[in-house]
Amino acid sequence: MFIHIENVNKSFPVPGGEVIALKDINLDVGEGEFVCLLGPSGCGKSTLLYAIAGFSPPTSGSIAINGRTDIARFPGPDRGMVFQEYALFPWMTVEQNIRFGLEIKRLPKAEMNGKVDTLLRKLNLYEFRERFPKDLSGGMNQRVAIARVLALDSPIMLMDEPFGALDALTRRTLQDELLRIWDDYRKTIVFVTHSIEESVYLADRVAVMTYRPGTIKREVHIAMPRPRDSASAEFNALKKELSKLVMEEQMRYTQTEIQGYTAD
Amino acid sequence: MGAASFRGILNFARGVVIPVAVLVLWQLLAMSGWVNPQILPSPVQVAAKWWEYLRPIASYSEGSYALWLVSGELPHDTIASLSRVVGGFLIGTLLALPLGLLMGASNRLYGLFNPLVQVLRPIPPIAYIPLAILWFGLGNPPAFFLISIGAFFPVLMNTIAGVRHVDGIYLRAARNLGAGQMTLFSRVIVPAAMPYILTGMRIGIGTAFIVVIVAEMIAVNSGLGYRITEAREYMWSDKIIAGMFTIGLLGLGIDYFMNSLNNWLLKWHRGIDQN
Repeated sequence: MFIHIENVNKSFPVPGGEVIALKDINLDVGEGEFVCLLGPSGCGKSTLLYAIAGFSPPTSGSIAINGRTDIARFPGPDRGMVFQEYALFPWMTVEQNIRFGLEIKRLPKAEMNGKVDTLLRKLNLYEFRERFPKDLSGGMNQRVAIARVLALDSPIMLMDEPFGALDALTRRTLQDELLRIWDDYRKTIVFVTHSIEESVYLADRVAVMTYRPGTIKREVHIAMPRPRDSASAEFNALKKELSKLVMEEQMRYTQTEIQGYTAD
Repeated sequence: MGAASFRGILNFARGVVIPVAVLVLWQLLAMSGWVNPQILPSPVQVAAKWWEYLRPIASYSEGSYALWLVSGELPHDTIASLSRVVGGFLIGTLLALPLGLLMGASNRLYGLFNPLVQVLRPIPPIAYIPLAILWFGLGNPPAFFLISIGAFFPVLMNTIAGVRHVDGIYLRAARNLGAGQMTLFSRVIVPAAMPYILTGMRIGIGTAFIVVIVAEMIAVNSGLGYRITEAREYMWSDKIIAGMFTIGLLGLGIDYFMNSLNNWLLKWHRGIDQN
């Protein structure tokens, strides 16, 4: 198993107690697999991703990367992360952002240049390599963030609602691009989203999470061949199935929110 | 003539109308005989004095022409004041920057130094003058001491704030890309804090400029601040005003320089003002 998550619990201290964000999470992600974590806000899907990334290790339980449980205690370039807010360094140009991870790795100059060039072309960023992130659209910025992670050659890509802030058309373009990259580079991808459609379009398997405490409610395999036709009957049947699962949690989320407001 | 250039002329006219009106009123007031010309000289008289103050004393004979051009009293005073501002500012900044970066990055160091900083910070640099003279005598040493204090605290406070306000997402991204502590500091924290640091430096050089004039009025025998105090002793009000005008121009020049530096260093930054 590539990513092996066993009995993971995570709680955060809050004034007057603690919030249990993750409860008894067991999940396996195979090498080269594309898994989506799907659920409403507050279900802990990002918390789980951050735990895999090593930003915020679990309170109990273990996360093994390729059989080793010590790796996920700390962040590292073996698990490249793409953030919803892009998290590009605004003081670096597009090219410098992509180069940053390679400079840390102390790659030879020629190899570094070749690699950066290839990625710039692959993601249609070559014309923009001298620009700063503030001068690029959201879609472009997310391309740079993906290229920055690809430069690391990390076997695992962790993606935290990467396309959540993009318009529908840009989103679809980037989804297709991501699938192409996934296919070319054979990455293992854990992808957090709250979009049912997105999860059905992308994933081999969707793990639906429950709202507070976050648990894995159901794992749904999606065997449809790619490219997937989002208008097909099969696609919509899956959307319907997932929608039912997610909306139950969304209801609980909404009710908690309302109670939160009326309790004061 | 296009509408755009017409608008340009209109804007220019709008910009000069008040200054010209003030100058005309001032000239009329001086010519009216209501005020003693020793108290308020006319602008024409001030301009003449300024020119006299600016031009070389002896006529050109040999040697560097550029040096001769700045051999007048005013260029000398300006260079003296400017070199004190720059020198004192550099001393203050070079001390404040590393301390600020460390205090911003480490809670332990912050806890250690912050109480002292909070006690010393509200003391206006000018209040150090008696002590500066007592410690360093007269001349350049107390001036540099005072000016560097003037620059030190704004740079320090802003550097601390800048480091503490670095968005956690950049730190996470950098650690994810494999950055160690040193890389994190030099390539992420420092550039991310740069807008704050530069703001501190602009405030710092502004304070340094105030302090240099005051220091020269009290503890030094050269520079623009000294010159206008000296002119008062001879009741040369035209020279006082000419000196003040020069101080204003110099301040404007420094501000323009800092602004250009700011825009150049922060060309990546989203919200920079284009003034």
